Parts: sequence; structure tokens; C-alpha cells
Amino acid sequence: MEGLNLTPFGLGLIVFSAAYGISRIAQAAMEAMARQPEISSKIQTAMIVVAALIEGATLFAIVVAWLG
Amino acid sequence: MRAAGLFFFLIATILPLQVNASVAGEKSGQFDATEMIMHHIADAHEFHIVTYTKASGEEVHISMPLPVIIWHSGRFHAFMSSRFHGGKNLVPVEGAYLKLYHGKIYLTNVEGTIHYNEKGEVANAKPLNFSITKNVASMFLGSFLIFLIFGTAAKRYSKRGGLAVPKGIQLLVEPIILFVRDDIAREQIDARKADLFMPYLLTLFFFIWINNLIGLIPFFPGGANLSGNISFTLTLAVMSFFAINIFGSKHYWKEVLIAPGIPFFVKIFLVPVEIIGLITKPFALMLRLFANITAGHIIILSLTSMIFIMQSVYAAPMTILLSLIMYSLEFLVAILQAYIFTLLTSLFIGMAVNEHH
Repeated sequence: MEGLNLTPFGLGLIVFSAAYGISRIAQAAMEAMARQPEISSKIQTAMIVVAALIEGATLFAIVVAWLG
Repeated sequence: MRAAGLFFFLIATILPLQVNASVAGEKSGQFDATEMIMHHIADAHEFHIVTYTKASGEEVHISMPLPVIIWHSGRFHAFMSSRFHGGKNLVPVEGAYLKLYHGKIYLTNVEGTIHYNEKGEVANAKPLNFSITKNVASMFLGSFLIFLIFGTAAKRYSKRGGLAVPKGIQLLVEPIILFVRDDIAREQIDARKADLFMPYLLTLFFFIWINNLIGLIPFFPGGANLSGNISFTLTLAVMSFFAINIFGSKHYWKEVLIAPGIPFFVKIFLVPVEIIGLITKPFALMLRLFANITAGHIIILSLTSMIFIMQSVYAAPMTILLSLIMYSLEFLVAILQAYIFTLLTSLFIGMAVNEHH
């Protein structure tokens, strides 16, 4: 096992998890918008903020995976 | 008059071209995609325009030299980067020589020897470098454009009054400014305090957006990886850090430092986490912009490299199609990242300055 570089595997795992998290947000936001189209702009802002927070955590993990 | 001034500005920027020739020796025939991409992502001391190969096998690089400003032994040394001749010549300063090596300037001896440490990194000392590099030149171009667009618009407003029907360039900037004010700032920050932060938020939004767009231009005046440079995003994040914390209310600081209404043994853990949280918010802003723009540049360049890696013209249609799709996505990302940076900054400012009831 020596010399096996697991970084790409870790990066794949990180991106997979982030994509899953963001897709859950998008799903919930879409459903909420379909139910209440009149506040869709507010929902959209909240969606982007939460997606950006998940993205932030993802980027931390990517940087750690790269440096480690 | 203004058109003439713009013309002379363009001429002055384009004129000092530098032509370097190098023999395509050991590298010829082998295309190294990683090296090409990393060279593009990195900063440089000259603005590369085009490279072509003559029939004799000689590679000709045409680039625009940029000023090099070095602080060495107590004084500044300023000269054009063309004196390095693409790394072949050394530039003497007091008691040492400067060598351009893989885009960075090192202090060497008269032979220009580069030492390596055991990790294979360059061990030569680096002088303090204040040069106008490719990224800085690109930033100047972006600032100049912003100054031109908004200077003209501001002059229109002061001449015609703020309530007159917008005309010309006002039609371009007014909806975006109103979007930043009404949908970003006033949504997150108390309406009474939001206008205090408008100059900063607007500057942030347009500066990031226009520099992202200039970075997407694939030929000479654009194409620098400016907003994908970690120093650039670090500077913006530090400014956001000050904007958030300087205007923080008493209530905000109490929540951070004392965390009222929480049992003591939880406080021991919570207060350090809150204090680290002050740093991680701008840190995430910095990384987000850096990673998104750099990743975009890398993907577009990788797609272009596919033609040369497969060495087949039949790879070109697929590559062009994919590049087109990626480019459209990057145009979206350019404004989305500007929006997110501004939105999160105003969100954090709102958390710090808003009165809680």
C-alpha cells in the first residue's frame, strides 16, 4: 500500500457529499417555490446562502486534502 | 477628445512589445498539459501574447514586458522585465544578481546558480518584490474600466439629476446598482445602516465581476488569472473582515466574547469556537472565490489541451462544444461569485450591526 495516493479518492468523496448536500437544498427550495411562488425570490436567496455555506465547508476539506 | 485619449492609452499599452526567441529543443513534440496550465494559472513578470514556431524550428515568444520593482539592500530598483530576456540574462544589483526563474525573481551569484533543497524547491533568497506583475496589470485594466464606466455614469447623474430618466450608460449600471442595494444590502442589513456600506458592497461586486470577466477573455489584454489568485482574494477577504467587525454592535461582541445565558462549561468551548468563527468566515470567502475561478480556468484549459493530448483533429469538435458550454457556465460563475461574495459579506455585516429585539 506504500506510495498509494488516496487524495483523488478523498476529493471525490468530498465532492460527492457536497453535491448531495446542495442537491437536497435545491430539491427543498424547488418544492417550496412550487408551493409558494410569491416568495420564491426570498427562498432563492436563502438557498444560495446555504449552498454557499456547504461549499465553504467543501473547500476547507479540499484544501486540507491537498495540503495533507 | 476622450476617444483620442483612449486611443493613445491603448497604443501606449500595446507598443512596448518584446520578442524573445528560443530554440524548441528537447521539449518539441511533447506537449505537457500540466505545465501549460500551471504556467497560465501562475503570475508572471511579462504579459505573454503569442508564441509561434518558425520554419527553422525556432520558437518566437511575443510578450509585453512589465515593470519590475525590487527592494534590495535599502533601496528600490526599478526596471522593465525585458532586461531578463525571458530568464537568460541576470540583472545586477548591489552585491548580487537577480535571476528570473520560472516566473519568480531570485537573488543569485554572477553565474546565476539556482540551489535546491532536499525537497527539490528553490533555496535561493527572494528579494522583496513589489513588481507590476501580469495580475497587477490586469487589475489596473479592470480598475480603469470601472473608472471609465462609473465615472461617465456619475457625471450623467450629476448633470441630469438623480430623478431624470436614465440614458445611455446609466441604463446599464442603474438596474445592477439598484439590485445590489435593494436585493443584497437592504435585505440583510438594517435599512437605516445599509447605505453606510453601499460604497464598499458596490465596489466589491463590480470589482470582482469585471475582473472575473477580464480573466475570461482568452487573448492579450485579458486572460490573467487575477480573481483566481489567492493574494487577491485574501485582500478582499481581509477588507470584508474589517467591514464586518469594525462596525459590530455591542450586542454582537457580547454574543461572541461572553455568550450570555449559556452554562459555564459549554462557554469554555463555545467562546473559542466563536472567536475562530470570526476568522473562518472571511477565510471561506477567500477560498470560495479563489477555488471557483481557478477551477474554471483549469477546466477550460484542460478541454483545450485535449486536442493536443489526443493529437487528432477529430477531438476538436467535441472540445469546442465542451469549451463553449464551460465558457457559458463560467460567465454565470463570474457574476454568481461576485453576487455570493457581496451577499455573504452583507449577511455577516448584517449579523454584526443589526439591532436584536
